[in-house]
Amino acid sequence: MPTYQTSAGESWKHRTSREQWIRWFFWLIGISIIAYAWQMISEKTVWFFVVDAPSQAADIASRMVPPKWSYLNKLWKPVWDTLNIATLGTVIAMVIAAPVAFAAARNTTPNIFVRTLALFIIVSSRSVNSLIWALILVFILGPGVLAGTIAIGLRSVGFCAKLIYESIEEIDRTQVEAIEATGASGPQKMIFGILPQVLPTIAGVAIYRWDINIRESTILGLVGAGGIGLQLNGSLNTLAWTQVSMILLVILFTVFISEWVSAKVRGAII
Amino acid sequence: MLQLSELKKRYNTGDYALKGVTLDIPKGQVLALIGPSGAGKSTLIRCVNRLVEPTSGSVKLKEIELTRLSSSALRRARRKMGMIFQEYALVERLTVMENVLSGRLGYVGFWRSYLRNFSSSDIQEAYRLLDRVGLKHMADKRADELSGGQRQRVGICRALIQDPDVLLVDEPTASLDPKTSRQIMRLIQELCFERGLTAIINIHDVFLAQMFSQRVVGLELGNVVYDGPPDGLTPEVLTRIYGEEDWSATIKAAEGADDEAEDEEF
Repeated sequence: MPTYQTSAGESWKHRTSREQWIRWFFWLIGISIIAYAWQMISEKTVWFFVVDAPSQAADIASRMVPPKWSYLNKLWKPVWDTLNIATLGTVIAMVIAAPVAFAAARNTTPNIFVRTLALFIIVSSRSVNSLIWALILVFILGPGVLAGTIAIGLRSVGFCAKLIYESIEEIDRTQVEAIEATGASGPQKMIFGILPQVLPTIAGVAIYRWDINIRESTILGLVGAGGIGLQLNGSLNTLAWTQVSMILLVILFTVFISEWVSAKVRGAII
Repeated sequence: MLQLSELKKRYNTGDYALKGVTLDIPKGQVLALIGPSGAGKSTLIRCVNRLVEPTSGSVKLKEIELTRLSSSALRRARRKMGMIFQEYALVERLTVMENVLSGRLGYVGFWRSYLRNFSSSDIQEAYRLLDRVGLKHMADKRADELSGGQRQRVGICRALIQDPDVLLVDEPTASLDPKTSRQIMRLIQELCFERGLTAIINIHDVFLAQMFSQRVVGLELGNVVYDGPPDGLTPEVLTRIYGEEDWSATIKAAEGADDEAEDEEF
């Protein structure tokens, strides 16, 4: 009870003293844990290397300049692969995610069994990183662009389906009710009442995920799943620092372009 | 033409929203349903087209027992019942034309509705209706670009293109300003008269109910506590429906407005 009696009459505090003590106690525990962890990390760090870090970084940076511009000619193909992995992966993801989302949303799911299955698909897709999907798929399909594309697709299904089903659950019910009242069938209710309300979200999610996938697909080459990461890995292993800097510049440029495109498209949809 | 008998609705919470409502509404009658919030007005009209399933009792439209229809027969029956909503309930991201044509969904198949391939007679009728409510020039606008009064007119067109026998109207003026409210109520009244439609209109505003209806039914906690002509709404009756209050101003306003309404109409 924050209201209490004083000699001057009634007064009010935000918290009772009991609540205040409990909060103090939890702050104390939290800060103790941080202090302890800080000490542990500091003990396990080889400070000799850390002290050395600025000069090491400066050394690598100096080896990186100037970027090897001639290497650019060998990068066009991997960049094109990277874009294809991201785009096709997103298309695959959306094709799977749309029905999964309708099965997962409380207001459109046919029954509890289907809903549980859909939620399971979403969780399992989201719990595995695309790099791990790629590792597994390279074992199954062999190295190359196909493994990367499917890895991106599988990883994105959960993300897209989750965002879409949340938006399906938030639609305005009266619009659907009005369509139902005209004597429309179930599928007609879907295309006239529900789809127009979630279409902007579906398009927005696809663009957003495409944007993320371009960044994700640049590293898939590290495990042999195609794209520019393959060149990056090779250059790092051979200590070809001028090539590394060239690749990083190309990735930066690609991501910049994709940001710009997705911002434009998103603006056009809404 | 529309007969409700001993209609009851009990929600999962155990509360009765309707405790046995019996009403017989002849063809062409415009009936205003008044009562405080929570009296069961919305539930009553939704029990007619079974957007809400009644618990017991019967609803007959032209001798068809609606409460026992299978889901496909219910869809066919719903085509003859147009509904108009409080917040218009237009599909916001579709155009005015698409919204009006959605009233024909009960008559066309899935692929034709998916491709928006409506028959030319439907499209002609949609233009006629939009012209009748003064919105023909707005046909290609998206519904969310319209004002409240315009949206409600589109909602009226959507209900009428169904070629209904009955209009179920749920608080048509609750989101509108007083002037637009009167215009919308007058429009509904005129259209019912032109087409010989039966209508149940839920309305909060006692004064609009008196102005635009031939019969008033007062609902209180799921029971009919008044059923009679609009001018029978005395302070005693209003107290029975809504509870104790000084009703003299409400009734005076309605008496004055009655003459005014007649002047404007004819």
